[in-house]
Amino acid sequence: MAHGPSSSFKNPVVNWLDQRLPIFTMIQKEYGVFPTPRNFNYFWNFGAIAMIMLVTMIVSGIVLAMHYTPNTNLAFNSVERIMRDVNFGWLIRYIHMNGASFFFIAVYIHIFRGLYYGSYKKPRELLWMIGVVIFLLMMATAFMGYVLPWGQMSFWGATVITNLFSALPLVGQDIVTLLWGGFSVDNPTLNRFFALHYLLPFVIAAVVFLHVAALHVTGSNNPLGVEPKGPQDTLPFHPYYTVKDSFGTVVYLAIFAAFVFYAPNFFGEPDNYIQANPMVTPPHIVPEWYFLPYYAILRSITFDISIPFTGLKLIEAKLGGVIAMFGSIAILFILPWLDTSPVRSARFRPIFKKGILAFLVAFFLLMYVGAQTADAAWHLGGLEIPLVYVGQFATLVYFGFFLSLPFVGLIEKPLPLPASIAKPVLGGGATAAGAAAKPMEKA
Amino acid sequence: MADTTQTAGHGPGSGSHSGGDPTRRDFIYLAAAATGVVGAAVTAWPFIDSLNPAADTLALASTDVDLAPVQVGQSITVTWRGKPVFIRHRTPEEIKSAVDVNVSELRDPQTDAARAKKPEWLIVVGICTHLGCIPLGQKNSDPRGEYGGWFCPCHGSVYDTSGRIRKGPAPRNLEVPSYAFKTDTSIRIG
Ligand code: HEM
Ligand code: FES
Repeated sequence: MAHGPSSSFKNPVVNWLDQRLPIFTMIQKEYGVFPTPRNFNYFWNFGAIAMIMLVTMIVSGIVLAMHYTPNTNLAFNSVERIMRDVNFGWLIRYIHMNGASFFFIAVYIHIFRGLYYGSYKKPRELLWMIGVVIFLLMMATAFMGYVLPWGQMSFWGATVITNLFSALPLVGQDIVTLLWGGFSVDNPTLNRFFALHYLLPFVIAAVVFLHVAALHVTGSNNPLGVEPKGPQDTLPFHPYYTVKDSFGTVVYLAIFAAFVFYAPNFFGEPDNYIQANPMVTPPHIVPEWYFLPYYAILRSITFDISIPFTGLKLIEAKLGGVIAMFGSIAILFILPWLDTSPVRSARFRPIFKKGILAFLVAFFLLMYVGAQTADAAWHLGGLEIPLVYVGQFATLVYFGFFLSLPFVGLIEKPLPLPASIAKPVLGGGATAAGAAAKPMEKA
Repeated sequence: MADTTQTAGHGPGSGSHSGGDPTRRDFIYLAAAATGVVGAAVTAWPFIDSLNPAADTLALASTDVDLAPVQVGQSITVTWRGKPVFIRHRTPEEIKSAVDVNVSELRDPQTDAARAKKPEWLIVVGICTHLGCIPLGQKNSDPRGEYGGWFCPCHGSVYDTSGRIRKGPAPRNLEVPSYAFKTDTSIRIG
């Protein structure tokens, strides 16, 4: 049989391999010469950083799993043993614990980047949706991982979150029993969570592969949101972006290391160093910080939704909260079709830009509210503002941002777009645009 | 197989052939697909059901409790199926306040008589029907909410002295487990 496409690598071993399985050609095409917009800013580092964090989680997790025991009588002590007796166990566990937080920080920035620069728009809708799937899988993985050390927060977090499903009509309680494998969160629950916590990161890795494959069909978006028009608008991925990504990753990992070594419990809850006790609920249950905004949305729905004047209850508060919480992420799936504006980057969208900043503020506000007790309040002078209202207001802004997009696209007048990446608009003047177009300058 | 020659020229999706009449081929496609779906469901079921409570988990089903040492006004917590069960020896005032309620105003309408076999003993599962926290109120020093029953610290549900939901996000009253008085002062739960 004839050889496949001929390869021309200098190294004969590489050549021999490549003619039979063209992985080197593929690497060369997708990561060597791959044409990449020349105007990336540092927001474009976070995909690579997230990938490094995934690898960090898998490596540290596999080593932890070699010392961890998924049994309700032994789990807590096995984690304490990792901390005290296993060689470098403290380091590996702290890497895994803080790694989860830094994975989420990177992915949140990565998602926000996509929102701000309109990366979810045609032709990248599927790429965006695959990203949302990764985000959901990450949340499931982190939730189940947090149960494994079997502390008080592990147990009560698992109890509250699995009980969310009991809000579903008719089948709710059966689903909860199915999740638990018993009548409460117990040993069967811990066992299956461990099995799934081990499995899901590899599923994530596979979906990340699809994410990157889809990216390499459409190519990257960029801060201007205009597609590259030719070679003058792009750079080969290597060495330009391999270097930029490496630089960003090293800075990020340095910050990560500072937390691992100097503030390893910064993101944690002291209550999780108390072994799980099914008979005592801690006075203040909080999820991990990366779930706080959604937890706040859940708690914001304190009212039943009824048909007016009939008193007929359509959705009781408990189910309403669950729907709002899942809806806050599900809405990301339809975002590409909600946004009717053809302009991608917020730089050229005055109304959208204000909207997304309001959205960002609402997101942090929800994060804050989610961390407080249910009956907490702000005291401004003599005025008492219950935080539930703050949470409800922020929830309104959160959904309002997405649901207003179809109209924003209709009424907004975008600023003039640059003709190409190499010719950015300076100050909006048509003449300045031409003057600024020295091809080798960075945008 | 005879059909194969007759419909040659139609692609594999011959269900979409132009004539409206269903052919034997259409029937075979449908029957095969239906069998496949049923087969897949039957195969999946053992795997799904294996996640449901196992026989030994189900076997831990009943708990015996001696009520004699529990004084009037005192509450105890016992474990049943890994869950806390609240047993309160109610005072006459607590019974009165539980009975003197306009049932139709409740979120989950139930009379006190329907919830307590003997009025002085209230026996309920101590798990908030909102999201499963354990309400406070078993100790006299605990916050009990404005109806003198239990208060859930997680999201602020308030239960009365009959364990009925009165305020907050929980949708239902505290569950009454099935139990029987074996003697005047001992019960079996489950
Ligand atoms: C997407 C990647 C992952 C995320 C987001 C994640 C998240 C977490 C979190 C939040 C914890 C709780 C840490 C603590 O408070 O102690 C945890 C624990 C754990 N994870 Fe992961 N994990 C990931 C991948 C993995 C993998 C691939 C494995 C094994 C192959 C693994 C094994 C473990 C083990 C054994 C524990 C319990 C020990 C401990 O609590 O430190 N993890 N994980
Ligand atoms: S779990 Fe009791 S109020 Fe939410």
